[in-house]
Amino acid sequence: MIADILTVARKEWREYVLAGTGLKGGRMGLLIMLVVFGVFLPAQNGMEWVSSPAPLLAWSWVPLMLVSGVVADSFAGERERHTLETLLASRLPDRAILIGKVAAVAAYGWGFALLTAVLSLVSVNAFHWQGHLVMFPAVTAVSIPVFSLLTAMLAASAGVLVSLRAPTARQAGQMLSIAVMVVLFVPIFAVRALPAEVRATLLAVAMAGGVQMTLALAALVLAVVDAALLSAGLMRFQRSRLSLD
Amino acid sequence: MTHSSSSSNGYALRTDRLTRDFKTVRAVDNLGIEVPAGIVFGFLGPNGSGKTTTIRLLLGLIEPTSGRAEVLGRDVARDGAAVRTESGALLEHPGLYERMTAEQNLDFYGQVWRLAAPERRARIRQLLEPLGLWDRRREIVGTWSRGMKQKLAVARTLLHRPRLVFLDEPTAGLDPVASAALRDDLARLAASEGVTVFLTTHHLAEAERLCGLVAVIRQGRLLAVGHPDTLRARSSSRAEVAGRNFDEDVLAELRGHPHVRSASLVNGRIAMDLADGADVAALVSLIVGRGGLVEEVRRDKASLEDVFLTLMEEEL
Repeated sequence: MIADILTVARKEWREYVLAGTGLKGGRMGLLIMLVVFGVFLPAQNGMEWVSSPAPLLAWSWVPLMLVSGVVADSFAGERERHTLETLLASRLPDRAILIGKVAAVAAYGWGFALLTAVLSLVSVNAFHWQGHLVMFPAVTAVSIPVFSLLTAMLAASAGVLVSLRAPTARQAGQMLSIAVMVVLFVPIFAVRALPAEVRATLLAVAMAGGVQMTLALAALVLAVVDAALLSAGLMRFQRSRLSLD
Repeated sequence: MTHSSSSSNGYALRTDRLTRDFKTVRAVDNLGIEVPAGIVFGFLGPNGSGKTTTIRLLLGLIEPTSGRAEVLGRDVARDGAAVRTESGALLEHPGLYERMTAEQNLDFYGQVWRLAAPERRARIRQLLEPLGLWDRRREIVGTWSRGMKQKLAVARTLLHRPRLVFLDEPTAGLDPVASAALRDDLARLAASEGVTVFLTTHHLAEAERLCGLVAVIRQGRLLAVGHPDTLRARSSSRAEVAGRNFDEDVLAELRGHPHVRSASLVNGRIAMDLADGADVAALVSLIVGRGGLVEEVRRDKASLEDVFLTLMEEEL
């Protein structure tokens, strides 16, 4: 099963990550993201970029946006290009196809986020040299890979779920964009809609638990959502439906 | 267990009252066929007759509404994954990744079927060289002609040495030259690989050229099955007489003859559909006896196309 997942994931990488992105399209976007989050923002924010947990949001946002941009193609694109049925007629198990596709895009987003994080560390040290090498605090150093992985998985699982049924990659992309907006903005509006005293209580609870506890709780919630979305994708993966769509 | 039984009974696949309904349409209707192992089996029918649906059912890609199918000794409904493992399929579309090279396409499917890297390389070469594609293996497939893509898709289908391959209208959309070239390649590959081929087509010349056994379906129902020669024998043979002085009296005489099913004057020639065992010499003698001047007589066996058209007309 692992070998099959890796086979699918390698194909995905080759097909639409490496071969499918031209300089004017995906690669230019990647370069801009790399410069903004790896050089510009760290240079502008200086030591705060390393010491504050706030940039964690950036490391969660980067894979979310990156994965959302490519995952819509996973099934809908194959359907559109008439390669899906041949893949379904192969010996590959359902789970290997689905998990392989999720893993490919999640690894893409996660890998890019980690690369940007390392570059940002280099930039902070280069532009704001303190006489010694500055590193992320332990909590941030652990949180960056954890949250970027979880948000990459979130976008990948949700994207594959949408892509499974969408007739075209464009339609899947549009649906996913709406989903990402909902994920990003609904919690903000929901918190703002809460009565002031409830918000104060929540903040107090979060502060009482400390940053670590809050982050751990957030990671747990994300992991549960990821698992639920992946399970939904596995349940929704039906060769008969996919063959006839 | 089931695997060995398929070898012993000699059939690559069998269906028993296989039926598939869609919302308002019965795509496959009580289909019962038996395909012996090692032959090229032609599955003929007009567009929309249920050929592609039948392949999907036989590969376990969709479930039957009723009935059952046994492929390579395995019940498809229970063991579709095993059937797909031992089969190869070239479906309605070539299914190639057009942004990848030919070699990358085959290499991916070689990995899917878990061929080791050295075996993949050797097998890719073995398949691409006779198809004339080896020197172009590093080209992006999207830039290729449809004929080349179809050839590559055929190579992909045979890559893992399947015991059974499904080819769904492999020459559809190709020009006559590319069609003929692919047909030659298919015939050679089928013979050299020793696989059972389940070939759907509505090109009757293709079926006649390649198939050891053909079945004809229409609206999901099996109309006839047999060797092309056997099917042709079911249809009347024809004779055409060229000459002069052919009039209605001669035609009336011929129409009344027990060896003639029908007779008509076409472009000044007498065209006759003959009954089994018809004696053409006696008919020529009859024409001459009525004052006809015979210059040339040609007798044709019915083509598979004639059989096909007759079957289609009978069903209307």
